[in-house]
Amino acid sequence: MPQFPPSAVADPGQDRTLVLNMGPQHPSTHGVLRLVLEIDGETVVRVMPDIGYLHTGIEKTCEAKFYQQVVPLTDRIDYLCPMTNNLTYCLAVEKLLGLEIPPKAQWMRVLMNELTRINSHLVWLGTHAMDLGAMTVFLYCFREREDILRLFEMVSGQRMMTSYFRIGGLALEPPIGFFEKVKAFADRFPNNVDEYEGLLTGNPIFLMRVKGVARMTAEDAIALGATGPTLRGCGVDMDLRRDAPYSGYENFKFKVPVCADGDVWARYLCRVQELRESIGIVQQALAGMPEGPVKADAPKVVLPDREKMKTQMEALIYHFKIISEGFTVPAGEVYQAVESPRGEMGYYIVSDGTAKPYRVHMRGPSYANLQTLAKMCEGRLIADVVAAIGSIDVVLGDIDR
Amino acid sequence: MPLSPPITDLAELKSHPALARLLGWNSAVVQAAKFDREELTVWVEKGLIREACAILRDDAECPFNYLADLTAVDWYPSEPRFEVVYHLLSIPKKERVRLKARLNGSSPVVESVTSVWPNANFYEREVFDLFGIRFTGHPHLERLLMPDNWEGHPLRKDYPVEGYR
Repeated sequence: MPQFPPSAVADPGQDRTLVLNMGPQHPSTHGVLRLVLEIDGETVVRVMPDIGYLHTGIEKTCEAKFYQQVVPLTDRIDYLCPMTNNLTYCLAVEKLLGLEIPPKAQWMRVLMNELTRINSHLVWLGTHAMDLGAMTVFLYCFREREDILRLFEMVSGQRMMTSYFRIGGLALEPPIGFFEKVKAFADRFPNNVDEYEGLLTGNPIFLMRVKGVARMTAEDAIALGATGPTLRGCGVDMDLRRDAPYSGYENFKFKVPVCADGDVWARYLCRVQELRESIGIVQQALAGMPEGPVKADAPKVVLPDREKMKTQMEALIYHFKIISEGFTVPAGEVYQAVESPRGEMGYYIVSDGTAKPYRVHMRGPSYANLQTLAKMCEGRLIADVVAAIGSIDVVLGDIDR
Repeated sequence: MPLSPPITDLAELKSHPALARLLGWNSAVVQAAKFDREELTVWVEKGLIREACAILRDDAECPFNYLADLTAVDWYPSEPRFEVVYHLLSIPKKERVRLKARLNGSSPVVESVTSVWPNANFYEREVFDLFGIRFTGHPHLERLLMPDNWEGHPLRKDYPVEGYR
């Protein structure tokens, strides 16, 4: 059992405070997060997150795999935004290789990433609202999430662990009829957002649970490493899609929602606005989708098409070489950061010139945001802890890796 | 974007705000620098890492006010064995820089930067847990991801991937 470090906050000898265990199986801790709370009556004095229940050693596993074999591992880190993890890893390796990606692959990556963001935010909205007592929103959100998962299944054959992106492009061309389905979804989705907002934004019970709760200043947010909507909800205008564009984001027009209140309500507003902005990016991606290949012209790195493999000798040889001995990556190191639904998702990859990464480190946004939790909760009621956890949208796979 | 060879000449790189600030403060702090794949890496004298971080954070023109990531790399069996890697971000100027401190394998100890950026807390605990690098001045240096009674530090290169059996 982890112990609180000694501090002057508690009053020794007075026995006023009680240590309460919350999680790892508590339904509102969204996975296997364990919080050790020190409480005085119903007021939280100190919070200590205890993590590691889901630690699977992915960083160590990566060091024993070929570069292309790491892609399916990245899905498992943040299982609510698999495509974002795929993208970050692929971009980092492509940067190490100096590989140019064809425009269609880039736009498809943007399209899939925004669908992933909507998917992730829908899970957040549903579970967050349910934690705060609004059951219906959960059912509505999962109805739309199901549509997105069907789209994922169309392109990749998988609903959650998609592994759709490859180093050098995409795994496959999107199937016939895919863009029509995305278009139909994108056209009706804004109405769905209105529906969620109708249930929550003006709901006095919801407002009482979120307004002014778990407040944090911008200085604290930066010092504690908050990122994504948690940081923007404190009034810091930062979004990597706009500030350090990757994968062709510079071609898209979108607003970055910022709210200066710094409470649960502000984070809610940022994310709901992001749903609308994301669907705008999806519409732009559909309208401007370029033609052309979805894989880079780099036969030593990118697996050949099945058709070519069965008809051309070189393609077969390259296929055999990549599968059996991988491809070498020039020595060096990169840090690639991407704006995931939860904030800055960073991959730090060190190559020593062989076919396996020397070191892969994932900088998870949930891990960064979790450190703000203590600041948000201390001095508030236990019920507010539930609202705060929901508002920073933790994914434990991302924290423990 | 085909690869271009890395630039390691300090004179050529000193226009970067982070490197300029460090060189202006104390030229002995910078051991080496490298600009590769659009990213700047600065090797900092390990005894001065906390001050170097504080100087960069408080820079008036380009404050590196955000610690994006802190991790380590094990170069076993070569010496110095460990590199602690700090990824800094300047939110106002959108600049990034990577600082590195080299530590030897026999007693890997470096000063904690939790007093500069409080969010270094979890990152340093993780590095301590997985690499066995100690951070002096850390408020709560205990294992974070592995169980408290775990033996060994899994991300060290001499630790087998499948673990000790």
